[in-house]
Amino acid sequence: MSLQQLASRIQENFNPGFVKAVEWRGDLAVTVTREALHQVAQFLHDDPAMDFDYIVHVSSVDWPDDEPRFEVVYEFYSIRKRHRIRLKARVPESDCVVDSLTDIWKGADFMEREVYDMMGIRFRHHPDLRRILMPDDYAEGYPLRKDFPLRGRGWRDTFEFLDETAR
Amino acid sequence: MAFEDQRTTVYKVDPTHPESETLPTLRTEELLLNMGPQHPSTHGVLKVILELEGERLVKSTPVMGFLHRGVEKLAEEGTYHQFIPHTDRLDYVCAMYNNFAYCRAVEKLMNITVPKRAEYLRTIVAEVQRIIGHQFWLGTQALDIGAMTVFFYCFRDREILLDWFDELCGARLTTSWYRIGGVERDFTPSLLAKLTQFLDYFPPKIDEYIVFLEKNRIWLARTKGVAVVSAEDAVNFGLSGPTLRGSGVDYDLRKAEPYSAYPKCEFNVPLGKNGDTYDRYWIRVMELYESVKIIRQCLEQIQDGPIMADVPSVTLPPKERVFTNLESMIQQFKLFSQGFDAPPGEIYCGTEAHKGELGFYIVSAGGGKPYRLKIRAPSFIHMGAFDHMSRGYMIADAITLFGTYDIVMGECDR
Repeated sequence: MSLQQLASRIQENFNPGFVKAVEWRGDLAVTVTREALHQVAQFLHDDPAMDFDYIVHVSSVDWPDDEPRFEVVYEFYSIRKRHRIRLKARVPESDCVVDSLTDIWKGADFMEREVYDMMGIRFRHHPDLRRILMPDDYAEGYPLRKDFPLRGRGWRDTFEFLDETAR
Repeated sequence: MAFEDQRTTVYKVDPTHPESETLPTLRTEELLLNMGPQHPSTHGVLKVILELEGERLVKSTPVMGFLHRGVEKLAEEGTYHQFIPHTDRLDYVCAMYNNFAYCRAVEKLMNITVPKRAEYLRTIVAEVQRIIGHQFWLGTQALDIGAMTVFFYCFRDREILLDWFDELCGARLTTSWYRIGGVERDFTPSLLAKLTQFLDYFPPKIDEYIVFLEKNRIWLARTKGVAVVSAEDAVNFGLSGPTLRGSGVDYDLRKAEPYSAYPKCEFNVPLGKNGDTYDRYWIRVMELYESVKIIRQCLEQIQDGPIMADVPSVTLPPKERVFTNLESMIQQFKLFSQGFDAPPGEIYCGTEAHKGELGFYIVSAGGGKPYRLKIRAPSFIHMGAFDHMSRGYMIADAITLFGTYDIVMGECDR
């Protein structure tokens, strides 16, 4: 199935949820609304013509000037059909939640936790949504947001290593 | 420490037992054990909280991030060229393959075709790096399990290749030899001679590694039937590389989406049957033979030609011209200070590193810096399946599990 056929098949099945499909450099990126994200993902996994059984990565992009601000990016691959797709959904800052896909791909568990840790997007029905790379008590916010300075917000300057060890 | 009440179960003695009145009540509870962060077998700083019932693992929770350096954030601050040395520090055991995966992703973004000779050089060095990676893995995995000799033999042969890297690019581990659009420098006659010599020397050594392990009872007992993962689960968890192929799933990006000089080479992709640690070991050893085969074919087919794509707005000028020619110096300076102007768009490009699929997802909003760069690190994704694969096995098997993923924390935590 060509990439255009993939895109049009999603468009047929999810008419209100489908936003746009872009093909660039041989990659197909389909944007859907965040309400339809879980349904579309379930369709991609279950439909025999789609058969996306393999989750490649979960990522997120911050566009501070846009509304909705954040973008969740899922990339799937079909080992039997040998095609790949990128599924995206926009998430507003005020209600930063999408449905988790851990019930479809178990591998999404750690990947979604990383997105939450780095970008602050929460995943509904995720079994264990905690920070994964940053410490649990990290209080500076979400490091990969564009308004987060590269040097951090001064949390590390308050470390008192010598006092800690002397205690 | 205090345990929660629901974890404690009180075993009552059978009331029909003749001595039930006098026997004390047995109290059993699950034990929480912290393994790591400082543990010699965790291959870096990784902590796993193990919930134990006796010596069996009931649940394990990996705690990661001790080596988190914010590489993805750093990528947004530098130009595309400046990020190449950062990729060395991801999987510091196999820096060449990280450079390769990153350069391929940027080439896809910029739509650059790499010259033929450069493709062959890249493939040869990538396969040399795969040999190094598998040797390192085999040595440390055998050491974890208790077979010390293999470690010395693997590292002896790995040293030859690291010295070869040293001669190629001046560094043994953090190499940065790949460039966007090609490679930094060509092979010298001495390098070629050394590589050909190694190709004759190496296959009998692989046989030697196998001899050490094939009848080693401890090795067999601790790898066969341990950490079994079914093909469906392996795919569902997003495992890749030998960890996925050990379960019999035929997915190798070198075959599925051929790149570089791989389509011109004939090689097999070894597949496992049982999905246990032993099959994953066997695949890696077989891949050593395949890598030798690929390098041989590349050396036969390689022809003279340029080693860098001729796209002056993106690719770096040759070093000797930078020192003698003003225009080239300006070009070099502009590329490193401002970077090249990438078109707005987004790409994902996956490369089959020796651990699994190492992918780069790059979002460009125009300009000289990536707007967002996401690294799909196989070690990180493999750790997601750790709990699933460890349940029901012994504490000691947790160590073989770290090993069987070939985990490197620099890549896992980024």
